[in-house]
Amino acid sequence: MKELRDGAVTRALLGKIGLKAAALGRPIRIMEVCGTHTMTIHRYGLKALLEEAGVDMVSGPGCPVCITPNELHEACIDLVTQKRNFTLASFGDMTRVPTGRGSLQTAVPAASSRVKIVYSPEEALALAVGNPAQEVVFFGVGFETTIPAIALTVKRAAEKKVPNFSILAALWLIPPALRAILEAGETKVSGFLYPGHVSAIIGLEPYRFIADEYGVPGAVAGFEPNDILLGISAVLDQIREGRPGIYLEYGRVVNPLGNPVARAVMEEMLEPRDALWRGLGRIPRSGLGLRDNYCTYDARSKYSLGIKEQSGDLPGCRCGEVLRGLISPPQCPLFGKKCGPDSPFGPCMVSFEGACFVNYKYGRGKEKG
Amino acid sequence: MCLAIPAKVIQVDASGGGKVDYLGTKVKVDFSLLENVRPGDWVIVHAGFAITRLDEKEAQETLTLLREIAQAQGE
Repeated sequence: MKELRDGAVTRALLGKIGLKAAALGRPIRIMEVCGTHTMTIHRYGLKALLEEAGVDMVSGPGCPVCITPNELHEACIDLVTQKRNFTLASFGDMTRVPTGRGSLQTAVPAASSRVKIVYSPEEALALAVGNPAQEVVFFGVGFETTIPAIALTVKRAAEKKVPNFSILAALWLIPPALRAILEAGETKVSGFLYPGHVSAIIGLEPYRFIADEYGVPGAVAGFEPNDILLGISAVLDQIREGRPGIYLEYGRVVNPLGNPVARAVMEEMLEPRDALWRGLGRIPRSGLGLRDNYCTYDARSKYSLGIKEQSGDLPGCRCGEVLRGLISPPQCPLFGKKCGPDSPFGPCMVSFEGACFVNYKYGRGKEKG
Repeated sequence: MCLAIPAKVIQVDASGGGKVDYLGTKVKVDFSLLENVRPGDWVIVHAGFAITRLDEKEAQETLTLLREIAQAQGE
């Protein structure tokens, strides 16, 4: 598989991309939707190389940690600081997101309560089964990649009738968010690099409206540097031919129909809801919540959480604009100064795949705002 | 957060659970989101679940395409 990172192949692809972009004779801006793509693009220096080749890459809303608004973090902080004998289980990144009331990591839990970092939703369910005296809430965050695992875990909890387990769902759908970005029209996007592992679940059809209704081409790409360049090259071909579509570069992992078993579990357990995204605002049917018959596993109804916007983003934080592709992280006045991985002001600096963290780690000093 | 890793299946239990080999380490993985997984298959693992398979034929096609691009440039 060395071809996927081979330097000679990279140079050849960049040469082709440069010629194709020059032939188009206009600025080309491609949004990489997924944070893991952002990581590869910066880690291998592709951002600057692509810029030289005439392609401007802009990061999108592609990290669920980043787009989850602070009100949900604050609801978790409330639960663990106010309720006794309570375990708030969460993926690690989420515990470090700062809000006006601190983070899950700085919160002081109530008596016999704790914040527990888990790597899978199943681990959170196991905590509930193993500790019947503790109420366990899993802060269930994710895009379509993660949603089936969370849905299946709730299904198992229901089958086993585990009474002390529930989830606080922060489940986000990529296609409605891309529609919102296109509708807003603030960021001129010539094409999309679609997320590889989200696509492994949903397949290609959910992106069809982007080509058909908005005339914007795209490619589903893998996560190695030459995967990404191959995807970009295909997007440029679609622009030249005036035939926007969905090119599948990541066929080794993505079935064009997605994963039907995973989608069936999602469908069985969850239903679409309007949802508030950090930066993007309220987007119709862009989130998923548990269906009514599973409401005892929904922390929102179990604890009557009246989640409403509380403190919002920290003052000065421009993660919202980064997530909409309006600014690049170094253009934020806090970037690298007050805000860094040790003292993040916003989630894009917390998540290992957040645009600010990635820019900080791989691009500091190279790019000026 | 959608980082997911390729791993080789080494054991599949009747319950849908099992183990994969990831860079020499045996890791517990849930296969319930895939049908008919067998030892020897390659899967992509995310948050404790195998979410899709790695298709060898498709992988070879991408690699061949990349080799051709490098070759064409060298000529």
